[in-house]
Amino acid sequence: MDTMQMTLYDVLRMVIAFLLVITIVFINALVMGYLERKVAAKIQRRWGPMEVGLQGWLQMVLDGVKIIAKQLIVPRDADRVVFRVAPLLSFTPVVLPFLVLPFAKNLVGRDINLGLIFIIAVSSINVLSIFVAGWASNNKYSLFGAVRSVSQNIAYEIPILLSLLSVVLITHTYSMQGIVAAQGTVWFCLVQPVACLIYLVSATAETNRAPFDLPEAESELTAGYHTEYSGFGFSLFMIAEYANMFIVCAVATVLFFGGWHGPFSGEYLGVLWFLLKVFLLMLTMIWVRWTYPRVRFDQLMNLAWKYLIPFSLVNLLLTALIVKCI
Amino acid sequence: MSGYFSDLITGSKSLLVGLGVTLKALVSPVVTVQYPREKIDVSPAFRGHIDLMKDETTGTHRCIVCLSCMKACPCQCITVEGEKQEGVKGKVLTLFTLDFTKCSLCGLCVESCKPHAIDFSDEYELAGFSREEFFYDLLKRVKERA
Amino acid sequence: MATKLERMAGSKHRFLLNMGPQHPSTHGVLRVVLEMDGEYAMELDPVLGYGHRMHEKMAEVRPTSGFYPNTARMDYLGAILFSHGYVGLLERMAGVEVPERAEYIRVITAELNRISSHLVGIGAYVLDLGAFTPILYAFDDREKILDILEAITGSRLTYCYFRAGGVSRDIDDTFIRRTREFIDRMRNRMPMYHDLVTDNIIFLKRTKEIGLIDRDMAIRYGLTGPVLRGSGIAYDVRKSEPYSIYDRFDFEIPTGENGDSFDRYLVRMEEIVQSLRIIEQALDALPDGPVMAKTKKIKLPAGECNYTVEAARGSLSYYLVGDGSDTPYRLKIRVPSYANLSPLPELCRGILLSDLVTAMGSLDLVIPEIDR
Repeated sequence: MDTMQMTLYDVLRMVIAFLLVITIVFINALVMGYLERKVAAKIQRRWGPMEVGLQGWLQMVLDGVKIIAKQLIVPRDADRVVFRVAPLLSFTPVVLPFLVLPFAKNLVGRDINLGLIFIIAVSSINVLSIFVAGWASNNKYSLFGAVRSVSQNIAYEIPILLSLLSVVLITHTYSMQGIVAAQGTVWFCLVQPVACLIYLVSATAETNRAPFDLPEAESELTAGYHTEYSGFGFSLFMIAEYANMFIVCAVATVLFFGGWHGPFSGEYLGVLWFLLKVFLLMLTMIWVRWTYPRVRFDQLMNLAWKYLIPFSLVNLLLTALIVKCI
Repeated sequence: MSGYFSDLITGSKSLLVGLGVTLKALVSPVVTVQYPREKIDVSPAFRGHIDLMKDETTGTHRCIVCLSCMKACPCQCITVEGEKQEGVKGKVLTLFTLDFTKCSLCGLCVESCKPHAIDFSDEYELAGFSREEFFYDLLKRVKERA
Repeated sequence: MATKLERMAGSKHRFLLNMGPQHPSTHGVLRVVLEMDGEYAMELDPVLGYGHRMHEKMAEVRPTSGFYPNTARMDYLGAILFSHGYVGLLERMAGVEVPERAEYIRVITAELNRISSHLVGIGAYVLDLGAFTPILYAFDDREKILDILEAITGSRLTYCYFRAGGVSRDIDDTFIRRTREFIDRMRNRMPMYHDLVTDNIIFLKRTKEIGLIDRDMAIRYGLTGPVLRGSGIAYDVRKSEPYSIYDRFDFEIPTGENGDSFDRYLVRMEEIVQSLRIIEQALDALPDGPVMAKTKKIKLPAGECNYTVEAARGSLSYYLVGDGSDTPYRLKIRVPSYANLSPLPELCRGILLSDLVTAMGSLDLVIPEIDR
């Protein structure tokens, strides 16, 4: 009877966590969509959305309603099944990492001891979804986007792993809670500034955000892998992109910016600190996006192989040495 | 190898400078206008579609049916007709229409008009649902305004 | 040029990619058919004519004055420059003397128009490279020019301001004050553009060494304008055969060194500065007097005449054959963008699709001007 109760409790906990995660993903997309438009507008000295609600804050909700009402057009020569599966495939991997993100001391879906590895493993599937989408569209531009995203993947995954490893060397744990707990006194962005920078650059590439938005490079590939998508298929890609942004920023917060640590964080209030840090990081990504031109994909390779990977390797080595000596 | 680190340093610096520019713009005031709610005053020189001007002294238009606007128009979008009337010197205007769908807003007709009977209107919100909405009867318009 | 893959697989794996006429970076309605090898463009074939409106034919069926509005519709970014060429042609042919003041006003407005055209060219070019913000800053500045020009010409894009023998409307003190304000503003804004775009490492890496046009190639293709000057040849119609009153002003012809996309961009930036100098000198020396010649009716003699001006994108020639009547027998327009487009197939042999966009953007093509 005792074990039965445990499993029921577990199932209930998972269901609630899952519902919350889905809610967060959608709300995050709405908030980020709004912020992106507003910040971009302000950077370009425009107003941005102003019509619906105060300062246009309902605009994204209405856009969501509109986009759901749109027809999902499947191109004639597309691979119909795969074409429809691809947006879902891009949506799933960005939902799963939320389960291990420590929002506050006691607010985490499940604190598994390989949390960091889980996040990296799951979010790599995102590339697959982009490739599937580009392939299924049967459009040359989409295929270009898909191929670019795969080649880009090799460029940024390695520096991400290496830079995260140098943190793990200090904390001796992959558990997200454990990493946060280790930053009670000093944030790792001060201990590991190089790794932090490398992670942030590669994370921008992972989320396909400008200046590394090669798979969707608007001026070259019209819209890259989601050229042929309309309606909700397209919006799932967008939601996934924003959720992915949230995840990489959350990982950065956990690993380098002290997670939920902050004054008065307590048992649950840490979530406010956590969200504040994540949104500040995401705002920085928006800011970067609206400032720079896009790099060429061989330049991204250059950046990754000539700068990010050597630097992160040296950094890893130095960290290992110092940890060993201490 | 010599360019390796200098590239990194100058590159990062240029990127930071770029971020500084956009940050400055982020906190500067907005330059656009929320169009349907706020409107900018139309410049007095604005060339809208043409209109027959009302003469304040006579209370009607000044057209003498010389047809010079019709001849000057490169798009043949102006039609002017007049007829002889008893007791009036010269011709009397009976029809003055503008096919605004053809007009290229060049202003040659206004320049050719000796008695300054036509001038540009300052209307610029001219969306319509049918072609017929842009066939203007200017004579009727000037009478309505009278 | 055969790639490694090609030597292995033969030429079969190449595929056609249709870029345009509705592609974000083929501004307007240029269609480019590419033969691609992976992401490398191997052959390129521009397809023109989507914006053809037979402007040259229209000139043959209407009096010379009826062609004024058409000039603005060929190059919608440099409308005043295009009408400058046309009225210059009529005046040269009919032997009309233009009043001093009108010439100065023409130079001022034409240079303002050149700046606004270059601003769009630069903005759209950086947009092609993926930066969204600079074009909006450029449009912010351009808006100021449009406001100034609207107050005097009555229109914001298709000005139709010049007439054979002068200009249609005199400028006033407000115009002069606002233009001077704009000169100051633009000079203050230039460092911002350099900080945001020119010095940006990503921009430099994307544009340097891309789309190389050397001196020989530039001359071979008959390039003009910033594209030619980017290749290091200091040819500018305003200097080489000064029309209007351009010989009275002190300005330099900026040239590039390598002839790559970056140089062409830089030449445009520098030309904005030079245009500001010309406007300032013209405003200082602005004489009083009429703005329209006494002889209003232009009579074209039989014979032929040519008139060349420096438009925003290069040298623009109007060539007219008259038969003594009011309408031209034939009007031929040599537009700069057509020649500037022609090196594209050679430029793009074996470069990446991203670089193709860079190279094409740096030519600053206005397609309706090519199609006419």
